[in-house]
Amino acid sequence: MKLPIYLDNHATTPLDPRVLDAMMPYLTEHFGNAASRNHAFGWAAEEAVEKARKQIASLIGANSKEIIFTSGATESNNLAIKGVAQMYAEKGNHIITAATEHKAVLDTCKHLEKEGIRITYLPVMGDGRIDLDMLREAITDKTILVSIMYANNEMGVIQPVAEIGKICKERGILFHCDAVQAVGKIPVNVITDGIDIMSITAHKLYGPKGVGALYVRRRNPRVQLTAQMDGGGHERGMRSGTLNVPGIVGLGAACEIAQKEMPQEIARASALRDRLRAKLEANLEETYINGSLEHRLPHNLNMSFAYVEGESLLMGINDIAVSSGSACTSATLEPSYVLKAMGLGDDLAHTSIRFGIGRFNTEEEIDYTAEKMIQVVNKLRELSPLWEMFKDGVDLSKVQWTAH
Amino acid sequence: MAYSDKVVDHYNNPRNVGSMDKADPNVGTGMVGAPECGDVMKLQIKVNPATHIIEDAKFKTFGCGSAIASSSLATEWLKGKTVDEALDIKNTDIVNELALPPVKIHCSVLAEDAIKAAISDYKAKSTVETAVTA
Repeated sequence: MKLPIYLDNHATTPLDPRVLDAMMPYLTEHFGNAASRNHAFGWAAEEAVEKARKQIASLIGANSKEIIFTSGATESNNLAIKGVAQMYAEKGNHIITAATEHKAVLDTCKHLEKEGIRITYLPVMGDGRIDLDMLREAITDKTILVSIMYANNEMGVIQPVAEIGKICKERGILFHCDAVQAVGKIPVNVITDGIDIMSITAHKLYGPKGVGALYVRRRNPRVQLTAQMDGGGHERGMRSGTLNVPGIVGLGAACEIAQKEMPQEIARASALRDRLRAKLEANLEETYINGSLEHRLPHNLNMSFAYVEGESLLMGINDIAVSSGSACTSATLEPSYVLKAMGLGDDLAHTSIRFGIGRFNTEEEIDYTAEKMIQVVNKLRELSPLWEMFKDGVDLSKVQWTAH
Repeated sequence: MAYSDKVVDHYNNPRNVGSMDKADPNVGTGMVGAPECGDVMKLQIKVNPATHIIEDAKFKTFGCGSAIASSSLATEWLKGKTVDEALDIKNTDIVNELALPPVKIHCSVLAEDAIKAAISDYKAKSTVETAVTA
């Protein structure tokens, strides 16, 4: 077993060697510009791009003409939301999203608010999912877009996407879904899920960084987006810029592998996740799972270890790469807004750890992680005045703290 | 974030971890911070009433590595000092000793607060004690 162990696969995933193999020729001999229509270099590049478009479309149940290439999920989310807000400005000026969305969605919405768009930020329930009745009630005759993610990047909770799609369809509203954590990990189908626009990024599914895609529905309804960059009018006029051919080939190859291996991969990841969880729960008291276990990505475990601060925990397990919802790990000194939105107290948010299991993790790595976690949590609890008070039967919620 | 060697050392080998009897009249207890803020420090001193010298110091901290190191270092510095000398320990001394980055300065502030809180608890107790014996 090699250290350090990578268990932060929601942040990014390693490049699958098979994906790199597919990309290599397009970094070297096939360097052509896919927009060069009059010579063999351009044709080879264009052919590769069209193949990738098909591989991506096949994974998500779309038509290849509905795939627009971008630089990644942040750009896809910006293009989707701003593109709809501008294109459909005459129809309305109201967008609905959720409090637990990624910053690429939330900050795009905040930007639009300054331009006069009204945004509703739906709260989430204790399990991390939105309340569909609240969504229905939030819709007005000015609503043009609902933007809700497929699965959350922190706690892995899967939203009721198909139900959201149905509600949007009934009300004639476009549905954008940031699906970066879900695509390639669990079955995603834009038809049965009723998604009109969907963001994808390559580096979350063992592809390269710096390339992503936006699914844009072409019929029933035909979605139009206002381009956010001016230029050569590539990608049906929605996204100008020379195509990142090797990156696109990598995204396509990653999608094909994910589609082929998904059933085995889901079984493998969830078995490792459940093994980790079982070991931690059997050996440590006062642990809490954050978010729904039922509606959850198979490779995600988000757990709070009460009375132990997250960053100090990360420091103790420094040969294992995970992330924490603790304020101390963020630049803002605020604990995770996602966990807060779920109603988790700041005290528990500070003690949360996110494990993201990936394609290349082994059972041995999981066992090592569990043992190390148990050892460090126990050590830090010996150091924790809160643990001492808890053990003495003190109700911590009744203590007068000197907040600073 | 990379930690300084001294922070790592205090984190791996925290000095003077533990608790003393709060009810002991010679023990001063300071508890500062809040769980919602991500750090709570409990710092205790045991003072010799005749010499006013701090003979022992213990801590327990819930917080990041820098918070643990700040309080661990504080207990080291407190031992052997008189109560009045201890009041001269400044958070900037801790920042310098541990090479804390700007985002971790609040950990040193908390440690200074904990020292002051422990001393004022001791002083309040010994005043009461003196009053009773008189």
